[in-house]
Amino acid sequence: MSAVAVEGVWKFYGDFPALRDVRLEAAAGSCLALIGRNGAGKTTLLRIIAGFSRPGRGQVRIFGNAPRETETRRQIGFIGHGISVYDELSALENLTLFGRLYGLADPRRSALEWLERTGLERVRNGLVREFSRGMRQRLAVARAFLHQPSVLLLDEPFTALDDRAIAVLQTLLRQALAEGKTIILSTHQLREALELASHVALLNRGQAAFSGPSTPEMAADPGLVYARYGEG
Amino acid sequence: MGFLRQVLVIAAKDLRAELRTKEAINASLAFALVILLLFSFAFDPTEETTREISGGLLWIVFAFAGALVLNRSFARELPNDCLDALIAAPISGAALFLGKAMANFLLVLAVELVSLPVFGIFYNVRWTSQFGELMLVLALGTWALTVIGTMFSALTVNIRLREVMLPMLTYPILVPALLGAMQLTTGLVAGQPIGPDTVAWLKMLIGFDVVYTAVSLVLAETVLVG
Repeated sequence: MSAVAVEGVWKFYGDFPALRDVRLEAAAGSCLALIGRNGAGKTTLLRIIAGFSRPGRGQVRIFGNAPRETETRRQIGFIGHGISVYDELSALENLTLFGRLYGLADPRRSALEWLERTGLERVRNGLVREFSRGMRQRLAVARAFLHQPSVLLLDEPFTALDDRAIAVLQTLLRQALAEGKTIILSTHQLREALELASHVALLNRGQAAFSGPSTPEMAADPGLVYARYGEG
Repeated sequence: MGFLRQVLVIAAKDLRAELRTKEAINASLAFALVILLLFSFAFDPTEETTREISGGLLWIVFAFAGALVLNRSFARELPNDCLDALIAAPISGAALFLGKAMANFLLVLAVELVSLPVFGIFYNVRWTSQFGELMLVLALGTWALTVIGTMFSALTVNIRLREVMLPMLTYPILVPALLGAMQLTTGLVAGQPIGPDTVAWLKMLIGFDVVYTAVSLVLAETVLVG
């Protein structure tokens, strides 16, 4: 069974089809890099996979279940364009809050553990609004990994990250892949993505123009997929 | 985690965030007090007039001051895309809605409980003679305001003119509950307990709360995810 299966998904904004009959699969333990120009539908597709919005037609399955089922949501970790943590709360309060919402046995202990893993243990009681951009991004990474999700959905995860946050994220993603977790990440930064990705899918105007394993040629020339299957 | 625990976690989060910034509660409280003060100077009502208008005046103040709290309810989730993280969490839309409604209820109630003594002083009214029943009506009317307001706060959160849209959508639906609360409050502030002639308003207010709470809980997931 695929970890993530996208089965003939359409999404309309008014009459405009943002996604058109998209079919993709990601096996358990694989990393799928979702590439495409701005407006190709990458974020829309990731939000549908995460269960934030429903497809107009078609369906998404996470380990055979719908994304909005409670148990499925427990298996998903998401990093979007925003950091999804509260400025008015401290780092520890933020992670403890999400630990409670995910029903962790000891939310505070898990929160402290992830603050340490992301290098934020010294500022655990500091309010997020006082954090630098890099610290906020590391906290967002900690929030996404806190509940040990089996499927990680990352929307442009390397964009605007500082060097330390990129290093933290890449280490965590490699560990996650080694543990058999599934990663789908949308990106414009092909080189960083292809270091991790076992598979690549190209979205072109809402359609899956290419989907297949990542090859050494792609790693050597990240523009290859665009040149062959994109708009050029 | 049980449904009730999820509700309490969301409510505690909202209260903690609001009490740190005091954005909504300060604006709401200031608005309520200024309106009460302005009306008392503008009309200089007699004791008889005050008795007649007390319910209407108080609930107009509560409804408009409450809208300032309700507007922030889901708007608070926007700056860092926090709503995505809440929707992604394994909690039901109903628990998320109810948690937010509870936090709003407590914040609006706090504004009302500060406003009442001020009303008593400015208008020279002894409003405590039916204190228990007045608190019951206050709680029921406030729940009606917050349950409708929280639902429309969720519906309008992504609209550019949400500050305008929320009152425009909330008040028309709220009219029956406000009428009931106004009628009951006028009598109670005048020292008359709820009797056979006013109990129908109380039943209507309870019915309104039950029906709209149930409808909101059923619709919450659809409103949040589509």
